[in-house]
Amino acid sequence: MTATLQLALRSLVNRRATGLLTVGAIAISVALLLGVQKMRSAAREGFASTVSGVDLIVGARSGPLNLLLYSVFRVGDATANVSFESYQLVAKHRDVAWTIPISLGDSHRGFRVLGTDDAYFEHYRVAGGRLLAFAEGKRFSDLYDVVLGADVAEELHYKLGHAVVIAHGAADVSFTQHDEQPFRVVGILTRTGTPVDRTVHVGLEAISAIHETAAPAGITAFMVGMRDRTAMLTMQRALNEYKKEPLLAIIPGVALKQLWDLVAVADRALTVVAAFVVFAGLLGMLTAILVSLNERRREMAILRSVGARPRHVFALLVSEAGLLAFAGVLAGIVITYALLAAAQPWLAAHYGIFVPVTGLNGFDLAMLGGIVVAALAMGLFPAWRAYRNTLADGLTIRV
Amino acid sequence: MPDDAIDLEQLTFAWPGAPALLRIERLRVARGERVFLRGPSGSGKSTLLGLIGGVLAPTGGSIRVLGQPLHDMSASQRDRFRGQHVGFVFQMFNLIPYLSVRENVALALRFAPQRAARIPAGARAAEAARLLSALGLADPELLDRAVTRLSIGQQQRVAAARALLGGPELVVADEPTSALDHDARESFLRLLMQECAAHGTTLLYVSHDPTLGALFDRQYSLAELNAA
Repeated sequence: MTATLQLALRSLVNRRATGLLTVGAIAISVALLLGVQKMRSAAREGFASTVSGVDLIVGARSGPLNLLLYSVFRVGDATANVSFESYQLVAKHRDVAWTIPISLGDSHRGFRVLGTDDAYFEHYRVAGGRLLAFAEGKRFSDLYDVVLGADVAEELHYKLGHAVVIAHGAADVSFTQHDEQPFRVVGILTRTGTPVDRTVHVGLEAISAIHETAAPAGITAFMVGMRDRTAMLTMQRALNEYKKEPLLAIIPGVALKQLWDLVAVADRALTVVAAFVVFAGLLGMLTAILVSLNERRREMAILRSVGARPRHVFALLVSEAGLLAFAGVLAGIVITYALLAAAQPWLAAHYGIFVPVTGLNGFDLAMLGGIVVAALAMGLFPAWRAYRNTLADGLTIRV
Repeated sequence: MPDDAIDLEQLTFAWPGAPALLRIERLRVARGERVFLRGPSGSGKSTLLGLIGGVLAPTGGSIRVLGQPLHDMSASQRDRFRGQHVGFVFQMFNLIPYLSVRENVALALRFAPQRAARIPAGARAAEAARLLSALGLADPELLDRAVTRLSIGQQQRVAAARALLGGPELVVADEPTSALDHDARESFLRLLMQECAAHGTTLLYVSHDPTLGALFDRQYSLAELNAA
């Protein structure tokens, strides 16, 4: 067996131009497949940790996805507010460690304005359980202070101290511009890869000030951190059954999972495409081996003359396919990790996607093993052809 | 009385669905004999060599090589027998292009463990070098050269060294000199016969060129032997 493997290797080295091209094609397809897998899991991880450390999100009764969309992703609007009384009641509950009020509804040049308080900076966590950090400046302390997400500052070219005008309503061009109340940028957050980057943060009181009301009548939603997480489900049920006001409490992880399942179709499609690219790479290999067969009939006849059996010739070609695929898979792994390592800082800085350079997991290994097995299976075809040629040719080839 | 090197009796061969191509009443080659078999191309020469090499099985009759009944053996037994006891030199393109001279010669032992066992593992390289040198390729630098950089004459000597390595009892040469000029042909043949004589190796030499026949112990014409 080792004799055949050695011969297969020498033969491939001899045909290194086609061999390298074949290995390259397989390597690129494998890198694509692995890359898609890595990005998929990174995207899923990133998505799942869009908000973390929050036990419950509470809003007016609508649907869980709706509540998640407007409270975390700043997409859409709440159908109703949560009264300040209900908020206070939950905030002061003995099982509740902290709450983050969220008041949406205003926009600044297309970016959502979020009214909140210090708890937001103390408890809201994003990917990897990280708290929000400041690239520049500090939290808002004055009524007209504003803290910008990374994208907002970058796209609008805002610096610290910049004056900002906030409009009522989410649309880019709003009917009522609150021109008389210019806000001032006091802080810019580091990039998180979450909707926080596209949010303009102000104090809760500022929202009331924009609308010229004395005290906040209500907030859009709030997030809850439990003192004891075992009380989470009890609290969720209590809120959902709360008689005085129709409230809805959701567990963000569960709702995120539901939302991910909706968008996961696209990433599954990507995997299927990558799998087809691998298949195309293997077909290229098959073509290269089949094309080589005719010019190698003499070689097979020589091997036969020194005692090689037809099954040796068969094994020679199958191991050739196996070697090509194995080399392709190895090169593909190298390419994937080299690209990941090189692109990691860029992806994190520009898209907020943190792709961890982790080892291959069981699924990856099974997938790569599957590619080599598929190549061996495809190698059976040229091997069978060569076997047939060998039996017909014997020691003298008839061409 | 030792067995003949080759003993064919009532041998017939036909490709499936075709009329008989070979029908040989009797052909005996004694051990150590150097026999010339004359046959123009298309006379069934290659088929006969395929039968003696055990790549083909006869349709009828018996074929004994070194006393072994090839007609009774399975295909894989015949393959093993060939690897162990028979060396082949062909007309052209005898060498695997991606192996060096040394590796091409050593190929004779790769699929024939018993033949390899005849030479101690440490002495194989030296034996290959000795054979090459005896066949006129003494330059040690040549051993690691790619075979594609050799002349045809040199290639044929390498092929002969491979056929002889491990001391097979029978060497079959199928027009090995047809691509060589007259002088190279003579010197190649002389060296090959010398080496066979030195080891008591039976040589079956097939060619369409009748002028070589005089150099051999005996000569046959395939056209006369073949009754088909």
